[in-house]
Amino acid sequence: MIRTEELYKSFGETEVLKGISTEFYQGKTNLIIGRSGAGKTVLLKCLVGLIRPTQGKIFYSDTAFSQLDKKQIKAIRMEVGMLFQGSALFDSMTVEENVRFPLDMFTNMTRKEKLNRVNETLERVELTGVNDRYPSETSGGMQKRVGIARAIVMQPKYLFCDEPNSGLDPKTAILIDELILDITKDQNITTVINTHDMNSVMEIGDNIILLHHGHVAWRGTNAEVLESDNEILQNFIFASPFLQKLRKNALENL
Amino acid sequence: MYYKETMRQMNDIGVGSLIIVALISLFIGAVTAVQFAYQLDGTLVPVYYIGYIVRDSTIIELAPTITCLVLAGKVGSNMAAELGGMRQKEHIDAMEIMGVNTAAYLIMPRLVAALIVIPMLVAIAAFVSIIGGYIATVPAGYMSSEEYVQGVRSFFEANNVFMMFVKSVTFAFLLTSVSCFQGYYVQGGSIELGKASTNAVVFSDILILIADYIIAILLT
Repeated sequence: MIRTEELYKSFGETEVLKGISTEFYQGKTNLIIGRSGAGKTVLLKCLVGLIRPTQGKIFYSDTAFSQLDKKQIKAIRMEVGMLFQGSALFDSMTVEENVRFPLDMFTNMTRKEKLNRVNETLERVELTGVNDRYPSETSGGMQKRVGIARAIVMQPKYLFCDEPNSGLDPKTAILIDELILDITKDQNITTVINTHDMNSVMEIGDNIILLHHGHVAWRGTNAEVLESDNEILQNFIFASPFLQKLRKNALENL
Repeated sequence: MYYKETMRQMNDIGVGSLIIVALISLFIGAVTAVQFAYQLDGTLVPVYYIGYIVRDSTIIELAPTITCLVLAGKVGSNMAAELGGMRQKEHIDAMEIMGVNTAAYLIMPRLVAALIVIPMLVAIAAFVSIIGGYIATVPAGYMSSEEYVQGVRSFFEANNVFMMFVKSVTFAFLLTSVSCFQGYYVQGGSIELGKASTNAVVFSDILILIADYIIAILLT
């Protein structure tokens, strides 16, 4: 589990996070949602340590992450995997080399053991026969899968995903969501997803945190979204007249 | 991983720059020889001095300085753009989250590769430049082959070669560190990336020229 306590982050005069206190649970897909500029990416980057919060604490289980020194942070990062919005695959490396990269850097595994682990991980994300391709030779959906494979190859306890569905068609986006959900449940890891995708919210939102102007405006599960009377949530999720009508119909049929 | 990356960088910097360095050096040697032949024409200075002047001006100044100024443009801008692109495409963030010391992984191999390969390129440049002087003067009838070789072999001081290597190592360090700094800390979009690449070349060139002057004062 990851927990934040009164997390603040400012950039100059601009206060982006204004006292975020929340929990991200183990074995669940924890979604951070909100409008652009709400502070989702800043919160995610604070959680993984790419940005230092101005004030407040972050706990990984019972360890105060935000107060650790570099060596201790490195030890925690061995347990962290992250999927980036643009996948962030290394262009000069093949798919296999990309997935193998953390193993090369941090393990003493033999070449054969690494290859076996890479192939198992690629099979896990339903990618086979692409080991020797370069990222530029794969589709957007495949790149996301390779990104997921690289994020989970070290068998992390925490998985972070920044906009995993951005730039993907709806069908591929659903496949990626299902994949992340399966990995979370199978490996019982803490998954934190930063997303705009309403389908993700409704399908895999075990624990949803809605950010609004740097505050937590709502928390709940996907089952609670429809019936919630939180105005900010409803304006965000059911933003268009079409979606509002769908919600109305759904509520009438409950 | 570090070894593999260092080898890749050595190949990129060394082999990738060999043709341009050789071409520039050939013409620098040729132009130096022809211009000195023109200036010494009608004087009492022995004609074989052209070989001597080409050799020393090449070794002391032209090979290290011109080669490194060219490399600042070719290799330095490439390093800044590559690292800046990695920063913008979140490759560096991805490595940091994995626990990789990105400064060590991305900058050290480039620095080590440059410190090994650039002095080699400078030595090749000096050699090719002297050949360039020969090609420009002997077939053109300014002097005989024996006279040029006599000039090249006259008044040799090993200290000049030492100075050439001191300059090349210093310039290699400057152009690599400045370029990596510019690329590694780039923020913003493509305009900032372009600026970082340009700054890498401009600042490297300025520092190389200042260092050239300081080394000249210290070692002569």
